[in-house]
Amino acid sequence: MAMKVDMSALETNFSIPCLDDGDGMHLSADSPDVPSMVLPTCADFDGFQAATKDMVKNKRGTTTLAFIFDKGVIVAADSRASMGGYISSQTVRKIIEINPYMLGTMAGGAADCQFWHRNLGNKCRLHELSNKRRISIAGASKLLANILYSYRGMGLSIGTMIAGFDEKGPGLYYVDSEGARLVGNRFSVGSGSLYAYGILDEGYRFNMSVEEAAELARRAIYGATFRDAASGGCVSVYHVGPDGWKKLSGDDVGELHYHYYPVQKTPVEQEMTDAPSTSA
Amino acid sequence: MARFDPYENNGGTCVAVAGADYCVVAADTRLSVGYSILSRDHSKIAQLADKCVLASSGFQGDIKALQKNLAAKELIYEHNHNKKMSCPAMAQLLSNTLYYKRFFPYYAFNVLGGLDSEGKGCVFTYDAVGSYERTGYSAQGTGSTLMMPVLDNQLKSPSPLLLPARVSSSSLEFELFNPLMVVFLTPLSESEAVDLVKDVFASATERDIYTGDRLEIVVINSSGTQREYIELRKD
Repeated sequence: MAMKVDMSALETNFSIPCLDDGDGMHLSADSPDVPSMVLPTCADFDGFQAATKDMVKNKRGTTTLAFIFDKGVIVAADSRASMGGYISSQTVRKIIEINPYMLGTMAGGAADCQFWHRNLGNKCRLHELSNKRRISIAGASKLLANILYSYRGMGLSIGTMIAGFDEKGPGLYYVDSEGARLVGNRFSVGSGSLYAYGILDEGYRFNMSVEEAAELARRAIYGATFRDAASGGCVSVYHVGPDGWKKLSGDDVGELHYHYYPVQKTPVEQEMTDAPSTSA
Repeated sequence: MARFDPYENNGGTCVAVAGADYCVVAADTRLSVGYSILSRDHSKIAQLADKCVLASSGFQGDIKALQKNLAAKELIYEHNHNKKMSCPAMAQLLSNTLYYKRFFPYYAFNVLGGLDSEGKGCVFTYDAVGSYERTGYSAQGTGSTLMMPVLDNQLKSPSPLLLPARVSSSSLEFELFNPLMVVFLTPLSESEAVDLVKDVFASATERDIYTGDRLEIVVINSSGTQREYIELRKD
C-alpha cells in the first residue's frame, strides 16, 4: 500500500483567511504550529509591505557570529538596535537561549527573530515531551527553516544561526528568511558581518583554547562595531560545550576600544610657558 | 491612482520610568492630524490591569483597537486563571498581539509600565510589530528622539549585558528568576522621577509640534494608581 507523504510542513499558510474563533489567537486546527496571520485587503500586497516597512522602521541592524572549534561552539553578538538612523536600544539580547544546550542568534528584524525563536523554543520543548529525548540541532534548524520557507516572499527579515551541542557533537546551522539552511563551521550574519569575517577568518584555527576562541570572537565583533554604524553596544560571548551553554563575557565596545588601543601619551617637545604678564 | 492608505500619525509622546517600588507612565494629551490639532484632551494611556498601564502613540484608531483587544484578552485570562494578569505576562501578550498583525501592523508605538509580581517597577518598550525589551525607562512617539538623550543622561546605568555585571554606586539592581537578566531601576524617589518626567515633557514640547497641551501622569505603586495632570504649552 502506498503511503501518503506528509507534506504539511511545506504548505504555505499565509493564504489561509484568518478565522477569528473568539479568543483572537488565530491558531487554526489544520496547522496548530503556525499562526495564521491577518493580511491587508488590498490589491498591491508588495507595495503595501514596502510602504509600511518605511513607515514603521522596525528595529534591525547587527553583527553576530558563531564558529565550531575543538572544544565546542563559540557564539558572539553585539547589542545595538537601530530604527532608521536612530539607535532605539543599546541593550538588545541578540543571543537567544532556546534551551540549556542550544542558542539562536538574532539578525535582521528584531520582532521577527524574537517571535520565531520563541516559537522554535516551544516546538523544541514539545518535541522533547513527545519523543522523550532532546531535539538535535539539525532537527531544530530544520523546523525553523521550514516555517520561514512557508513565509518566503512576505517580507520577513531573519538571518539566524542555530548553535548547540547534541549527540553528534557541536552543531551550527545558518537559517534565513529566504529559506536557506546551511550547515557550516564558521558564520557571521548582519550588516557588520563582512568586517567580522575579516578578523574571524584570519585568526581562526580548529585547535584553540576556550579563552583564545572567545577573544577571537570578541575581537571580531569589536572590529565590526568599529566600522559598521548599525552595530555597537556590548559584545556578548557564549560558549556551548557538552554540558550546555555558558555566557563567558559581556563588554562595552567603547571601553574595549581603549583596552585594545590604550591612549598613548604623546612626547612633548617643547612646553609652552605662560606669557609674561604685562603690568598695567 | 488610489492607493490603500489606512494609516495616519496622530502624534504625541509617551514616557515610562521604573523605580524600586513604583512606576511612572506619562503621555501628552494632544491629538493631531497633519498640521491641525483635533483635540487637546485625548488620553493615550489605558489601564489594562490593576498594576499594568499601557501608553501608546501613533495612529489612535489602531491604538483604540489594540487597547480593546488587550482588555478583552485580559478579561478572558482573569476568567481562566482567577487572577489579574501581571505586567510581565501582559508584556508578552502585547508582543504576540502586535506580531500577529505582522503583515498589517498596528501603527502603535507602545510603552508598558507597571509593577512586576515582586512589586518592583517594570517598563517594557516595543516597536510597531512586537519586538520588546524590559528596560528601566523609555520614551516612544514623535518627541521620543528629543527625550531619550535627556533620560539617558539622567537615568542611564551600566548595561545589563555586561559580565561580570557592573553596578554603578547609585543605581539599584536585582536579578529576575533567570540570573542572566539583571535589570537596573532608577534610584530616584517617586517625586524626583515625576519631576524629571515633567521637565522632559516641558523640553520636548518646546521643540516638537505634536507634543503639548496637557501632560497626564500616572503613578503606579503599592497603594494603587494615582493620576495627575500638568498644563503644557498649547502652541
